[in-house]
Amino acid sequence: MADPSNTPMNRRSLLSMIGTVAGATAMYNAMTEMGFAQESGYSGPPKLGQAKPGASVLVLGAGLAGMVAAIELRDAGYKVQVLEYQNRAGGRNWSLHGGDTYTELGGATQHCQFEPGHYLNPGPWRIPYHHYGILHYVDRLKVPLEPFIQVNYNAYVHSTMAYGGKPKRYREVQADFHGHVAELLAKTTKQSLLDQDVTKEDQEILLQALRSWGALDANYKYVKGRTSSNRRGPLVDDGGGLNSLPTYSEPGAMSELLNSYLWRTIGWGHDFEYQTPLFQPVGGMGQIGKAFGAELGTIIQYNAKVIDIHQDERGVTATYVDAVKGGAARKASADWCVCTIPASILSQIPMNVGGKMKAAIDQLPYGASVKTGLQFKRRFWEQDDGIYGGISYTNQSNALIGYPNFNFFSKGKGVLQGSQASGPGGILISAKSPDERIQDMLEYGEKLHPGNYKSNFENGVSVAWHRVPWTLGCSGAWTEDGRDRHYDNLCALDGRIVLAGEHASRLPTWQEGSVVSATDAIVRLHAKAMTI
Amino acid sequence: MRATTVAALLIFSAAPAWAQARDPGVGAMGRPGDYSFQGGAAVYSHVCQACHMADAKGAVGAGAYPALANNPKLAEAGYPVSVILHGQKAMLPLGNLLTDQQVADVVNYIRTGFGNKYKGTVSAADVKAAR
Repeated sequence: MADPSNTPMNRRSLLSMIGTVAGATAMYNAMTEMGFAQESGYSGPPKLGQAKPGASVLVLGAGLAGMVAAIELRDAGYKVQVLEYQNRAGGRNWSLHGGDTYTELGGATQHCQFEPGHYLNPGPWRIPYHHYGILHYVDRLKVPLEPFIQVNYNAYVHSTMAYGGKPKRYREVQADFHGHVAELLAKTTKQSLLDQDVTKEDQEILLQALRSWGALDANYKYVKGRTSSNRRGPLVDDGGGLNSLPTYSEPGAMSELLNSYLWRTIGWGHDFEYQTPLFQPVGGMGQIGKAFGAELGTIIQYNAKVIDIHQDERGVTATYVDAVKGGAARKASADWCVCTIPASILSQIPMNVGGKMKAAIDQLPYGASVKTGLQFKRRFWEQDDGIYGGISYTNQSNALIGYPNFNFFSKGKGVLQGSQASGPGGILISAKSPDERIQDMLEYGEKLHPGNYKSNFENGVSVAWHRVPWTLGCSGAWTEDGRDRHYDNLCALDGRIVLAGEHASRLPTWQEGSVVSATDAIVRLHAKAMTI
Repeated sequence: MRATTVAALLIFSAAPAWAQARDPGVGAMGRPGDYSFQGGAAVYSHVCQACHMADAKGAVGAGAYPALANNPKLAEAGYPVSVILHGQKAMLPLGNLLTDQQVADVVNYIRTGFGNKYKGTVSAADVKAAR
């Protein structure tokens, strides 16, 4: 990834020129026009300046928020120490590869047996192009990216309650939905029912647009023919030479489509966070956490389970024990503390902060999510279904199947993401053993890939986030009411302690939330540190 | 499979009010009646044991899930009713997922099982009043 600031007249330098010449309002207006200001709360790494001589910061947690804070504070001259419960850096930025072992709460241990090069991302698995914060560190730490395919028109959308339980292709459902809606609206327009809302001149343009958008024929009908098949796909495509005539496909009926509710699954890729392009690190999302860990080196102390956090007028002290061996408690102290321990854990750790922050920590529940990685003998989804990367959606508890977005056309094995189950279905799956979860995911997958899913399965791993020892859940499940009452109190500096992480952002569950939260937190912490 | 019936309903639930890294069918917390199973043992094994474990002994990592087995806090029946309905700290509020009867059944189940021998039972009406 090239650093945009190196190009001669890039967007940011143009903006800063406008800002210098015409003032901040003009710059903001220009930014909005260029579609920049509303994209991200991230405006580059913090420019902290120089720390006071000898000033120190204790960072709790070596997830992305903690490590962003550690890198920036270290670079500003602070003496930084990081305490991490696990034996690795990254937190929820994590990939399970063959040879890895994972023990969940309750004691079940899984030994990942994936072939080299394959992995499961139990946590985040995609980076939108406008998540500039995480992308800044990906760039800085030189982590190679490749495309993440969010929308695959040839992947499946599936409901056990529609079309006899047979999966449909995404493109068929989307084309039919758009086509029927366009035909209805065209009909309404031609019946003069829109005369009060749309001028006659605009109605002409609207009709043109509907024909184009909905793949309607010359009579504004969504019917079998070249136009609709060009959108939903023909049964047999145009060929070459003799016997080259296509066979068009028959659009599905509108009522059946509406009642299938599959239209719910075709809109997802339109949402801002899922608009293409998205990215993933080559070799798994965990490459980012590893790169951060390598950058920080011995600044991070691993296997440190924090059991008490205490501040006074001079500084902050964390008491911790060895998470593996136990033994005597030890202490780490600094002038300031950036605490990125998830609220689910932090609510159980004694910490002398004010009542408002404590209440904010205590009110935040953590949601369920279950991801499953399944290795198969061959890439039948490519070889038999023509699905190269992307996601199939289903109404079953596994919610989706994610296909690998790399090694296309490989004749070897492949690992699917067999679930991203959250909400009530995620809770049910979390209550099962890892083996039971995998068996369930195979049953679900067999509905989308009959004859292949179970017969080609080799091995799998499953991570239920409620059983992850260091988070007790997937991410902070804010309600709007909870946010109104507690969010500012969670984020506010309390004495010498500031919290950071996805839970202290308005981008919950996203890695970007961790980065922008940490960035904001250390700017405020540094400003206060400079005044004392 | 029961889970299939449950999930079939989920996809049609309201989408979350703010953007999250989640896909359709994911994230909405559901509503009472989504879970079709009945009886305290079934509610416990399908829902509660995700965190409190099959033996109700809880678990310890960086944080902990409290044991429900031999737990004196269950002596007062109103306590588990309130925690289940409204959540506590990291625990999700399950009042918007379980019916009054399911909450009553599972409270009665844990108060008389796993080494607990507390008297008195909770009714669906008691749960409704505590919502």
